[in-house]
Amino acid sequence: MKKALFLMFTAGIGLTACGEYSQVASYKPGSYQGKSDTRPWEGGKFAGDKAAWEAALASRNQNQNEYKKAN
Amino acid sequence: MARMKFLCDAERCIECNGCVTACKNEHELPWGVNRRRVVTINDGVPGEKSISVSCMHCSDAPCMAVCPTDCFYKTEEGVVLHNKDACIGCGYCFFACPFGAPQFPNGPAAFGARGKMDKCTFCSGGPEENGSKEEFEKYGRNRISEGKLPACAEMCATKALLAGDAPVISDIFRDRALRRGKAGDAAWGWTTAYGKPEQGAPAPAAKEGAK
Repeated sequence: MKKALFLMFTAGIGLTACGEYSQVASYKPGSYQGKSDTRPWEGGKFAGDKAAWEAALASRNQNQNEYKKAN
Repeated sequence: MARMKFLCDAERCIECNGCVTACKNEHELPWGVNRRRVVTINDGVPGEKSISVSCMHCSDAPCMAVCPTDCFYKTEEGVVLHNKDACIGCGYCFFACPFGAPQFPNGPAAFGARGKMDKCTFCSGGPEENGSKEEFEKYGRNRISEGKLPACAEMCATKALLAGDAPVISDIFRDRALRRGKAGDAAWGWTTAYGKPEQGAPAPAAKEGAK
């Protein structure tokens, strides 16, 4: 009885390390937890007028094309 | 609004560093922090090429993937920004970035002593109220909310550096590449600048003799 208990105890201790777990870390893309940002057209010069902001930016975009200015 | 992108035309960049200066001045960046730099390939060799490099606001940004505090976010316009309040200055983003965009105010110091990461914001500030003092101090000026493009591109003398809506600036670049034809002496503006006669045309001396 004593021997059987001893064997069970030893086997219990000895086999605890035999569990098979994945050794490769699995990466999960994190999600932003910080403060929220205001959108560019909110507040300030455009005061929520998205169309005006887009028009201003589109005009600036086209100003980079000097062929439209010179030729 | 499409994705915001930078596009640098290596045929036009003259390595004047105007973009670097414009950026530093616009955001009042401290010594040692360069959100933008000009990289020259084959420097000093005829035919050298320069391009202006900063954060390229990647569609699938590696800095966002490696950040242990998840302090990065992407705006609706596709600009990669970060929250300095959450940054711990670990430098993972610096190792992950293929362009060397993340900068640290205290340089290559030990972990915890580098300071909070600083990078190009496409002149669109950060997670603070648009145009506020806090936003300027942490992230620099917010030109996008003023309806302007990044200072580097708008200041570029040769318009080598284009910034804005990806489809629009791609069209500008494509149009330009078609018009100028080849590089070198066949490039647009070369004959105006250097007066080289076109192929098959009579030499200037011959023209004078004919008169």
